[in-house]
Amino acid sequence: MAFVPTPDHEDKLKQILNRYPNKMAACIPVLHLAQQQNGWVSDDVTAWVAETLDLSTAHVFGVATFYSLFNTEPVGQHQVWVCRTLSCALAGSDNILAHCEERLGVQAGHTSADGRVTLRTAECLASCGSGPMMQVDRDYHENLTREKVDVILDRLTGG
Amino acid sequence: MLKRTTHLSARYDVDNGHTLDVYLKDGGYEQAKRALSMERAAIVDEMKAANLRGRGGAGFPMGVKWSFMPEVQPGKPHYLVVNADEGEPGTFKDRTLMEKDPHSTIEGCIIACRAMGAHTAYIYVRDELHLSKDRLWAAIHEAKAKGFLGAKPFGVDYPVEVYVHTGAGAYICGEETALLNSLEGRRGEPRLKPPFPAQSGAFGMPTTVNNLESIAAVPAVMKLGGEAFSKLSTLHEARDGGCRLFGVSGHVNTPGIYECAVGLTLRELIYDLGGGVKGGQLLAVIPGGSSTPLLRPEEIVDAPDEKSPLHKWHGQSVLDVPMGVDTMRALGTMLGTCCAIVLSDKACPVRAMHNLMRFYRHESCGQCTPCREGTGWIERILDRIVAGEAEMEELDRLHEIAGNIMGNTICAFGEGTAMPALGFLRKFRPDFEQFVKTGGTSSTGKLAL
Repeated sequence: MAFVPTPDHEDKLKQILNRYPNKMAACIPVLHLAQQQNGWVSDDVTAWVAETLDLSTAHVFGVATFYSLFNTEPVGQHQVWVCRTLSCALAGSDNILAHCEERLGVQAGHTSADGRVTLRTAECLASCGSGPMMQVDRDYHENLTREKVDVILDRLTGG
Repeated sequence: MLKRTTHLSARYDVDNGHTLDVYLKDGGYEQAKRALSMERAAIVDEMKAANLRGRGGAGFPMGVKWSFMPEVQPGKPHYLVVNADEGEPGTFKDRTLMEKDPHSTIEGCIIACRAMGAHTAYIYVRDELHLSKDRLWAAIHEAKAKGFLGAKPFGVDYPVEVYVHTGAGAYICGEETALLNSLEGRRGEPRLKPPFPAQSGAFGMPTTVNNLESIAAVPAVMKLGGEAFSKLSTLHEARDGGCRLFGVSGHVNTPGIYECAVGLTLRELIYDLGGGVKGGQLLAVIPGGSSTPLLRPEEIVDAPDEKSPLHKWHGQSVLDVPMGVDTMRALGTMLGTCCAIVLSDKACPVRAMHNLMRFYRHESCGQCTPCREGTGWIERILDRIVAGEAEMEELDRLHEIAGNIMGNTICAFGEGTAMPALGFLRKFRPDFEQFVKTGGTSSTGKLAL
């Protein structure tokens, strides 16, 4: 089904295009915009971005697959990224990740059976002084303990 | 020498320190207003006198970089691009500036635009930093509403617009030419240099890319005057001036970001600011982000030559050398982003290297074969080592692979992988050998305490 942006996103699209001397530069911001609405970059999203910005679908596909934050398949309602790079690892991120996997019943890289949460690992999220940490949708949660993780996951899973 | 300063972080602990009201009470935007009535060259001279070495990692003198921007030609707009793609493992300083004091960056953009003949600045922020982006946008809107940005900032006929541009999760976009490709809506693959950005950067136009902390420091330079700013540093004579944000994380009691005059030593960073090593003795410190080779506390400065930048500290511990761009380079490492990662002796150096090499394999853009394949080979051999399945000769293979990445890639990511890899292998050779011999049973097998 063809992708159609909401009226609000149509407005945002115009604002984005105003910032740059050409349309191609809007490729990443517009992909973000479409993913916000659609949840992931489907073929329809790629086609819409390409048409809107006068780019080839190959270009848009190439960009979407280069960057790790563009989802190339559907994801859960919420996304959780557990940072595991060195500073967080020194602070115990392995335990936090293992706890998330146990609580959600999935390995990192997968979505919980109820479709609510996609669990992923992240490389350094620039929160090195407050590890272990994870990002939940837009928010950072820092200095994590298992108890803090439980509170957050309870909220996400409604349990 | 430990000298705390508050030129960059004065509003960090102030209520609503990120708002325009608070910034204006501290004399905010007066320097931007003044700069708009100054000649380009006069601002660049001030920056040169400040001896501000770029805060992103390479440490290039900022005033000199600005001076590379050509005269403005008709039809060839100049661009300022601010690098806030903070993602170097261990580095979390730019984020504090964006979240707690975004107006200093916006004011820095106005001054920098004037100094390089630009009318447009793009602040490239990694997508994950949502609060940072929100705060920067809010600051831009506040400044615009007051008439500090737009067609006639402060009533002066010199238009300046500042925009936040968003990445999408790629460490390599912190490399300036990859960042430019990403800004243009392409895959974030680094470009060959030359041409350098000052000749052909964003959209093929003359461009300067500066780290966000460098730009945020510009109002302070203008306020104090270049020379006075430079003299805050104990390395002023060595042309490494001013104050900057120091970070410390890992096995320390009080990790965090601390603003100090340049010239702080690693010992002061770890023990005075970081509150000392947590859970044991100091095993090693990665001085400025994961791409900078580690230092061990037993290492002694060997610089009998009076011309060496390290001669003053000949015979002392490497921990007592002031952290400067040139001093750290002379020690065989780099100052990098000035954010240190501390490992206590409870941590396993083999696993620490494994952790970082996984990072580099994940983040290689894949453009150059030595890096794309080499980072994968390094990670796979380390996978075998930590699984207790490796042969001793594979340690030499790691050396060989890392050596073959160096100098054979388009951008510095290759060196940024190979140098720390070789650092671990050289400085912890007995640990690696023991690990291979015993299948890992000789190691704590851990990173966390």
